[in-house]
Amino acid sequence: MGFPHKLHPKETAVLSQHFGDADARTFKGWTKRGGYEALAQALKSDPVAVTDIVKESGLRGRGGAGFPTGLKWSFMPKEKKRPHYLCVNADESEPGTFKDREIMRWTPHALLEGTAIAAHAIRAEVAYIYIRGEFTEPWTIMERALGDANAAGVFGDIKIHLHRGAGAYICGEETALMNSIEGKRGNPRIKPPFPAAAGLFGLPTTINNVETLAAVPHIIKRGAAWYKGLCLSNPKSTGTKLFSVCGHVQRPGNYEVTMGFPLKDLLYDMCGGPPAGRTLKACIPGGSSVPILTREETEACLLDYEGVVEKGSMLGSGGVIVFDDSADMVYQIMRLARFYAHESCAQCTQCREGTAWTTKIMERILAGQGKPKDLDLLLDLSENMTGKTICVLSDSCAAPIVSGIKKFRGEFEAYLAGKRQPVMVG
Amino acid sequence: MTVMEDYQPVFTGKVLEELQTVLQRYPNKQAALLPTLWIAQREHGWISDRIMAEVGEVLGLTPAYVKGVVTFYTMYHQHPVGKNFVQVCTTSPCNICGAEDVLKALLAQTGAGDAGATSPDGKWTIVEVECLGACGFATPVLINDDFVENVTPDKVAELVRKYR
Repeated sequence: MGFPHKLHPKETAVLSQHFGDADARTFKGWTKRGGYEALAQALKSDPVAVTDIVKESGLRGRGGAGFPTGLKWSFMPKEKKRPHYLCVNADESEPGTFKDREIMRWTPHALLEGTAIAAHAIRAEVAYIYIRGEFTEPWTIMERALGDANAAGVFGDIKIHLHRGAGAYICGEETALMNSIEGKRGNPRIKPPFPAAAGLFGLPTTINNVETLAAVPHIIKRGAAWYKGLCLSNPKSTGTKLFSVCGHVQRPGNYEVTMGFPLKDLLYDMCGGPPAGRTLKACIPGGSSVPILTREETEACLLDYEGVVEKGSMLGSGGVIVFDDSADMVYQIMRLARFYAHESCAQCTQCREGTAWTTKIMERILAGQGKPKDLDLLLDLSENMTGKTICVLSDSCAAPIVSGIKKFRGEFEAYLAGKRQPVMVG
Repeated sequence: MTVMEDYQPVFTGKVLEELQTVLQRYPNKQAALLPTLWIAQREHGWISDRIMAEVGEVLGLTPAYVKGVVTFYTMYHQHPVGKNFVQVCTTSPCNICGAEDVLKALLAQTGAGDAGATSPDGKWTIVEVECLGACGFATPVLINDDFVENVTPDKVAELVRKYR
């Protein structure tokens, strides 16, 4: 439901049905609502059977990449010779995204239950939930929920631990997250080897996002066919998805809709559209790392993995950032580039230099000191930042720059031509 | 290493016991580095070079290794900070909702003056941070461990009064 707002009739509340209900947070309240039944059912089943249900459901990773969850689980070694690990990515830091925070705040047991089911499916004895350091409230809630669930002994032989991050966006990258749990700097690793072969502590590991795992108990309980049936567009994108909407809308918040839902309805019907007297200018549909959409593209976009790609962007994490006609796109794109410059782990030259350099060029444009060739230079740098590094942080910085120059070139040119008052000091 | 006579080790008594329970969660001592640093910062307020050395000693790591990790993560303080450590998100989604004005109001009304600096009375350190993951509640401000949502410039005076 549209937390902090009331449930909208067009929503399909599965993950969010208990948002705002403090009783559902407690172990007793959760079991009263049917919680931990799916886990009990899963623990009695063969791990392969559990994996097959998730495969059949069509569930795909909700952290951004959209990789089929059941298929990922099936990559774990068939014959278990060494310990297996599960990592849960609760390092939610992608600008525009705040759904996992709400899942942990209101339904901590949904995440714990999904985590235990996944650990059983991949035959892991230990799971680490990596929560970003700034999430103080979700941490406290998760810690209490874990204590209560452990006291009730619902996890069988599976051990779940919480691990607190310490301020680093890059630790949301799966291999950086593993390094961080190992007590290292959060530098992403070169792949292959992939985590299923050599992950945490060099052992077979699966890593899943919070929202992905929170959906698992529902799938086990209600069946793959039910989940697969939640689909408004194409059978490759199934289930419900939480969309975090922020920026220039009247009712920002989390909204849960069935895959294939029109972005236009989400923004105008549910979120109330831009503030009175304003019109929508642009939208970033999947967290700051994906290309920017124009108003026309936004209003024609269907929210599923393929639908957003068709319009030239990506579904990503489902963090929807809305800009109205008052937004200075040059300033905001600079601000995003500055974010990536700040968060680059600095391993790869293209990223370390590219994120900083593109930020500086946009800062000088905003200071009225841009050079005529600056836009070409930004595009050239962006090309060299795409597909050439260990992880995709560099690509993520380039995405809004390239799409921004392509779609809002006039705003950049206005600064270059001295037609816009400089907003920064050079 | 110079002997620091007035240095009080952090990992003794109850804190050392706490560390033992943390170590049980991991297959090796190095993996406990982040939680160990969190404990050290909670006890001491910030992570000094001497604390890094002590953390290294208890976990079997070199001080240089510990420093390498501390400097990677933004939430470990490498210098003393004010009684109230305030993190203000100014990334794009909050930025278009007025986050820079919230930051300015905080800097002015606490006397901290400049982002990263501490106010002369030692009570406030205000820092500008990247995305706090609560973009629908712009502007989120993290005051010590309290996560405050929907902060606007006109709410700053009340916050300053509350935490002073």
